[in-house]
Amino acid sequence: MTKKFTKDHEWVLVEGDIATVGVSDFAQSQLGDVVFVELPEAGRELEQGKEAAVVESVKAASDVYAPVSGTVIEANQALVDDPSMVNSAAETDGWFFKIQLKDASELDALMDEAAYKAFVEESH
Amino acid sequence: MSMNNQGRPSAIPANSGAFDGVTGTVTGNRGLQIEEPLIFEQDSAGRTGVDLPDVPKVASRLGAVKPRAKVGLPGLAEPQVVRHYTRLSQKNYAIDSGFYPLGSCTMKHNPRLNEKMARLPGFSDVHPLQPVSTVQGALELMDQLAHWLKTLTGMAAVTLAPAAGAHGEMCGIMAIRAAHEAKGDSGRTKILVPESAHGTNPATAAACGYSVDAIPATADGRVDLEALKAKLGPDVAGLMLTNPNTCGLFERDIIAIADAVHEAGGYFYCDGANFNAIVGRVRPADLGIDVMHINLHKTFSTPHGGGGPGSGPVVFAESLAPYIPVPYVTHGKDGFALVENAGEGPAFGRMKAFHGQMGMFVRALSYMLSHGADGLWQASGDAVLNANYVMARLEDVMTASFEGPCMHECLFDDRFLKGTGVTTLDMAKALIDEGFHPMTMYFPLVVHGALLIEPTETESKASLDQFVEALRALAERAKSGDVTYFQAAPRLTPRRRLDETAAARKPVLRWTPPVVAEALAAE
Repeated sequence: MTKKFTKDHEWVLVEGDIATVGVSDFAQSQLGDVVFVELPEAGRELEQGKEAAVVESVKAASDVYAPVSGTVIEANQALVDDPSMVNSAAETDGWFFKIQLKDASELDALMDEAAYKAFVEESH
Repeated sequence: MSMNNQGRPSAIPANSGAFDGVTGTVTGNRGLQIEEPLIFEQDSAGRTGVDLPDVPKVASRLGAVKPRAKVGLPGLAEPQVVRHYTRLSQKNYAIDSGFYPLGSCTMKHNPRLNEKMARLPGFSDVHPLQPVSTVQGALELMDQLAHWLKTLTGMAAVTLAPAAGAHGEMCGIMAIRAAHEAKGDSGRTKILVPESAHGTNPATAAACGYSVDAIPATADGRVDLEALKAKLGPDVAGLMLTNPNTCGLFERDIIAIADAVHEAGGYFYCDGANFNAIVGRVRPADLGIDVMHINLHKTFSTPHGGGGPGSGPVVFAESLAPYIPVPYVTHGKDGFALVENAGEGPAFGRMKAFHGQMGMFVRALSYMLSHGADGLWQASGDAVLNANYVMARLEDVMTASFEGPCMHECLFDDRFLKGTGVTTLDMAKALIDEGFHPMTMYFPLVVHGALLIEPTETESKASLDQFVEALRALAERAKSGDVTYFQAAPRLTPRRRLDETAAARKPVLRWTPPVVAEALAAE
């Protein structure tokens, strides 16, 4: 499964029916040094496009939206302990949470890496 | 994600040669600027500045709340304490020490006449629980201040109680909610707020139980009227708008905006933070505003930013006047009185235990009376003139975000720094070395890397010229490729570049005695 991206700069990687979610490397470069993340608890139901997590740098707080709907099965505790991982490893170890996919067809509307890259270049 | 792209690297730049505390002097002091330890680090057990009698032996009646351990206050002699706090105060930068162009904050001079008036014993020594017959003068002053505020805004009613701007916002939004509730209209769950708003606006709406919907700005930095109309409906309780807005621009569609909001059944809240630009020239009531707070500590010169408490009176148009909170001053044949109870009326209660910041009322009225109507009219004009002067003198070396003329503040963004490696933050730090408090940075969020400059009418042409020359030189230096100079700034401050990231990630919020710190480290 390839990584997919939203226009709001989240990425999602699906393996089986489990989706891992984070924010893009471009997003972390825009946020500045991240000092705090608030992640959803396991068991919480998320709806596509709705608020799922919060990420804060020294002067800026941003909401992270759920790229797909589903139930949270795990939050990245290591990220809570060391929020700088958002900056150093946004698209790998700096993942935010994993969810059990509700509707795999929601993925169809998301961008692949090449399309996201083109989107970022065009709009920023 | 709702990506706020005003974030920035806030740790110390790698090649800045960051300050390690070395000054080259034996003491660590920099000339007569003393390297001041914490008061706890100056503790000498048993030392005291006063000679207290021995405590008589009495049985404690404190029961379960009796002290379990020593409080641990540091022991110092009186001269040590006096020097400590005097030195700390000398590290403070204030409007009394120099130019303070912090945008959207209106850091203007607080005339010393205000201070003289506020220290009159009849104002400074009164207590809010005194019988009203003994504070008739204080109540008369509040009544006169209320009269001036109503006259300057064209509004029907005013509450002086709110403690500052954000508290005034809360008061206004609570009045709007009370008005909808009185009409039995419970379907209004949304407050509209433009993208350029002060952060307190959406926070206030959310604190009052509303959801917040952002209205985009047009290319010329104002509210997009069509986008606003598209969002208005039976679910909108009201609009919060700052005018002039935080881009320093007058919302020229404001009457059409007010009409649209009213037509949709909503109320129009105006954030009066930038009232200084229009005092004596525009009456907010004439613009269709229903309710607005006024920052006495900005527009009417009472000290703020550490110099004194704020004060945020709120004015109400006829539409919302019935919902004014208590207490307020009335007068009849028996003199002045405070209405402390709204009775069965629709008002929502009170904002504060007592009547508000008396000391600030005295200063604000002193400012108004000493300036007079013509003086207030001139002050707002001079504030706007000064901002336009700064804008005109910087336009060719920095990038103004929107076309002028501006109102009381001028907005630049970081396009002029593109490709230089220098950021807005670096510019601000370098400006400190030149002896200026930086402008507001990275706000408003509608432009990238904002630099928002509000000179106020306080500054002379000479001080503006000095500021402009410093900024021009810095802009040229940035463009010449001297990025190292900026990353090492500030050089001349008691502390060099602060590591904001480390401070946020690993905050040290209290002092730990060395013995305890050692024990903790050994664990």
